Amino acid sequence: MLTKRIIPCLDVKDGMTVKGVNFENLRLAGDAIDLGAYYAQEGADELVFLDITATLEGRSTFVDMVRNVARGINIPFTVGGGIRSVQDVSALLNAGADKISINSSAVKNPDLITELASEFGSQCVVVAIDVRSTKHQMPSNWHVVINAGKLSTEWEALAWAKEAESRGAGEILLTSMDNDGTKAGFALDITSLISRAVSIPVIASGGAGTMQHFADVLATGTHSGNADAALAASLFHFRELTIADLKRFLREQGLPIRL
Amino acid sequence: MTTVHLVDTDVNNLLSICNALEMAGADLRICRTPAELDDAERIVLPGVGAYRDCIGGLRNGGFVPILNNLVLEKRLPIIGICVGMQMMARRSLEMGEYEGLGWFEADVVRLTPVSSDGSPLRVPQIGWNSTSYRAGEPLFAGLPPEPDLYYVHSYHLQCDDAADVAATCEYGMAVTASVRKGNIAATQFHPEKSQDFGLRILENFLRWKP
Repeated sequence: MLTKRIIPCLDVKDGMTVKGVNFENLRLAGDAIDLGAYYAQEGADELVFLDITATLEGRSTFVDMVRNVARGINIPFTVGGGIRSVQDVSALLNAGADKISINSSAVKNPDLITELASEFGSQCVVVAIDVRSTKHQMPSNWHVVINAGKLSTEWEALAWAKEAESRGAGEILLTSMDNDGTKAGFALDITSLISRAVSIPVIASGGAGTMQHFADVLATGTHSGNADAALAASLFHFRELTIADLKRFLREQGLPIRL
Repeated sequence: MTTVHLVDTDVNNLLSICNALEMAGADLRICRTPAELDDAERIVLPGVGAYRDCIGGLRNGGFVPILNNLVLEKRLPIIGICVGMQMMARRSLEMGEYEGLGWFEADVVRLTPVSSDGSPLRVPQIGWNSTSYRAGEPLFAGLPPEPDLYYVHSYHLQCDDAADVAATCEYGMAVTASVRKGNIAATQFHPEKSQDFGLRILENFLRWKP
């Protein structure tokens, strides 16, 4: 049986983990690779590294970091942040990343999805979609936002997810900006709507606060999220939940989980 | 240290597989030309991405005659990984029809997984899937029953002869996870991404004396 995946996300600046990490072991907290290796050992099924560096110098540091991750960690990992071109992707895949994720650049230039899928294969193209709820029904009451949630777009969430799939996305990473940081649970409605409508895997993100939240978003059913994987960041970084405990809990709930 | 020759057709990123093989204790020789395979004792045939590009890289690089000789005549141990496995089949039906190496009587066909309620399951199959292997398979020695291994693929081998199938995984259908015939072994999953179990499989390959 294919298991549901638990994925910690690390925000990386200049080759270091920055956002919201509070480990007792400070050395571990500073180093993206050490932290990634730690999570892998704890049972993470994949890792996501997001480059939040703004400068060009920082970019090449990120590629170096990716190379070191590939050298030291033998579980799959996705990298994202600021990817705009086939050349960007080529550098990251050559450095050993298994998948890349694109977000705003895909909305601004949907042909990028098509180009990347045909050049490198759908299996390595993750389209990250950030959504916010609206009052309008169009048909879901969620629309796509870009530039870290600062800019609204005309895209209705489900329509964009289907467009990304038809252009060759291999996976969708869906983040509800409404839920992100609230610890009140994942956005089950839009996660479920998209999960059921596309035939590629959907990774749910934003809002995890308890182990039950993960169970809710990964379970199959009308009132669940029907997601294939769940992603979280600060919850793991602040040790509010350990991946090992979470996966044992989910297994006890009857979900297919790799232990 | 066991010397391993790895076929590099410049189509794939080989970093992860190289790292994992070195972790498993291999003394690695990256072969970018067929001549570099001359003194091979043990061969890895990787492959990621489009079948057309992978098999094209192998043919255009002139690797096919020497591989046929080393594998079919000298019977050296070889492992194919992912599309490396698929290239060992007679042909692939991925985006057209492409002739493979023909070491296995098998076609490479698209996955058609169906859940218990009759609805189609997702393709590509991405993630960790428990895997059943045949007792006594050398690559799986020392592993627990049903290890979770990492898959990312949309196509798999459909073998004419069930005797060639060394392992399967259940994903809304019986997916061919591994094949072996004599000295020729291959895995659809990625041992280089399958953490400790994957490393064990690579170590087993390094020790294997078919």
